[in-house]
Amino acid sequence: MSSLLESYAAIAGPDVVDHLRQLAKSLHGAKVVHVNSTRVGGGVAEILEKLVPLCNELGLDTSWEVISGGEEFYQCTKSMHNALQGNRVRIPARLLTAYEEANAANAEILREQLSAADFVFIHDPQPAGLLGHCPDRCGKWVWRCHIDASHPYRPVWNYLRKMVSNYDASIFSLPAFAQLLPHPQYIIPPSIDPLSDKNIDLSQEEVARVFVTFDLDPARPLLVQVSRFDRFKDPVGVIQAYRLAKKFIPDLQLVLAGGTASDDPEGEEILAEVREEANDDPDIHILLLPPDAHRTINALQRAADIVLQKSTREGFGLTVTEAMWKGKPVIGGDTGGIRLQVINYHTGFLVHTPEGAALRIRHLLRQKERMQAMGMKGKEYARENFLLTRHLREYLTLLLGLRHGDKYRIDLS
Amino acid sequence: MENAPAFAVKDCALITIATGRKAINLAELRDRLQVVNLASIYHHFWGGLLTPRFEEREFHNDFAGWARHSLREPELAERLAAIDPGEFQGMETVRQEILALIDDTLDESETSRWMPAAREFEFLRGQLVVFDTARRLQTPADLAEQIPKMSTSSIFYHFIDARSRVPDNRDDFSFWLSGYGAEHQELCGQLAAIDPFFSSLSQIRQELAELFTAYFEGGAP
Repeated sequence: MSSLLESYAAIAGPDVVDHLRQLAKSLHGAKVVHVNSTRVGGGVAEILEKLVPLCNELGLDTSWEVISGGEEFYQCTKSMHNALQGNRVRIPARLLTAYEEANAANAEILREQLSAADFVFIHDPQPAGLLGHCPDRCGKWVWRCHIDASHPYRPVWNYLRKMVSNYDASIFSLPAFAQLLPHPQYIIPPSIDPLSDKNIDLSQEEVARVFVTFDLDPARPLLVQVSRFDRFKDPVGVIQAYRLAKKFIPDLQLVLAGGTASDDPEGEEILAEVREEANDDPDIHILLLPPDAHRTINALQRAADIVLQKSTREGFGLTVTEAMWKGKPVIGGDTGGIRLQVINYHTGFLVHTPEGAALRIRHLLRQKERMQAMGMKGKEYARENFLLTRHLREYLTLLLGLRHGDKYRIDLS
Repeated sequence: MENAPAFAVKDCALITIATGRKAINLAELRDRLQVVNLASIYHHFWGGLLTPRFEEREFHNDFAGWARHSLREPELAERLAAIDPGEFQGMETVRQEILALIDDTLDESETSRWMPAAREFEFLRGQLVVFDTARRLQTPADLAEQIPKMSTSSIFYHFIDARSRVPDNRDDFSFWLSGYGAEHQELCGQLAAIDPFFSSLSQIRQELAELFTAYFEGGAP
């Protein structure tokens, strides 16, 4: 067994990796291409970083391509992202033209490779237009939507739908996100990589170092929310919850750690709003971390007493999975994939308001043993359901499903 | 003693597919149920065993869970939860039974026709990829040693999925053992008594392992 797979076997169990090998046998040598719009930052890039080499170790010929575009392209795709999440965003024609031109330009570079592939995975709306520029494609094309598209803004969805309908299949993270499309819509929740810098075990010394680096007091309770500075992540609501809880727990500290992604032009604006809401409170630490600060994020999550993810819309909420993997109870917004992970009274609490979050913060911080038990339950739940190995198994199953047609039982034995 | 061919240990992987059909109240659920593919009804009874789920299932099928938690119809939930597909001749008769229970509720309460659920019911179906593990059991006594080594998905394939493939709703182990004539008839009866409704796959594996160990290593009667 090769070393990368062996490393995963040590965490997920040898049976899990054996399972992957058996599934991959029938796909040996298949050419698979993944396309997205950023190499670093954001959950998609983090998943592909390991999924691609693992697929190669399993014998599939897998590559990962990244498309690029100008400022107007990214403005357009950010608007599409927000619109899919339900924001009523009208996208001006000039931005749509920039989107279409960027896809056409990227197709010039990628056409040969994409047309020859057996399977092409197009991640999110940014590269969705590539299919229309590859008329001689011979493989199956799958559109992978990582966004909570349960209530999309219809004018924008109708525009995207025309493109996406031509794919052979699509993937959504949860059943609620699926839309009416004329092809199979597979449901595959995303996953975390337990061996990545963001999730790997850290020494106590390394965790302790973040207290010094960010001027935090290890003797006082710490709340942490890790997410982009994005309105749907409700960082302002987190500060409000912290303030309400602090009335009862005066030594409370809060870290809002925001990663950045090269395809998110809105981050700066939200960051300014968050700073204004924090109003120079010395116990609120707003950290703007570079996209490669994975070990720092890992240490912050491990340093936390409670991890928050108070999103109002969420694709899946991998930061919740990350926190669970580190044995932390999570207080999360009752939305999207957070619902699949945060189970009330077992792995944390689902909340709807800053008031609800504050109540649960107070509730948990007064029951340390319960917090620990919840953390352990969360870790096992994450191990069984949300690690990269499960994600990879479902991708392989999907490829076999696409290859063998739309029947219930595909017998390869 | 008659000899049956070796038992081929297979494994499977399930992928979930959205059908695009959703229901926001009981009347809509009824309408969708009438036309949805039987594979979807099958999935909502058994697919949960192979998909992310926390601890043990409160209800044995997704229809019952939705009726209780989204529709707030506890009586309907209990009636739906009592449906055991093994007692019916095929999923079409299961569909008719569900529809009859829903009709009873709709007849009893006018509000249940339009009262919206807290969350939509999303009709899903599954696609099962089956592959050969290359492991073979030469004699029934091998079951005691090999069951604990099987993956939970292998248990799903041989003990749950088998019921839709093998005559008389049997599992693969019973079907194989029946190739030995009446020799293991009692064991087959004990296998039939394991109720997969109340257990996770790892619990079923444990029950099977204990049963085979007691039967073969304790000495077959």
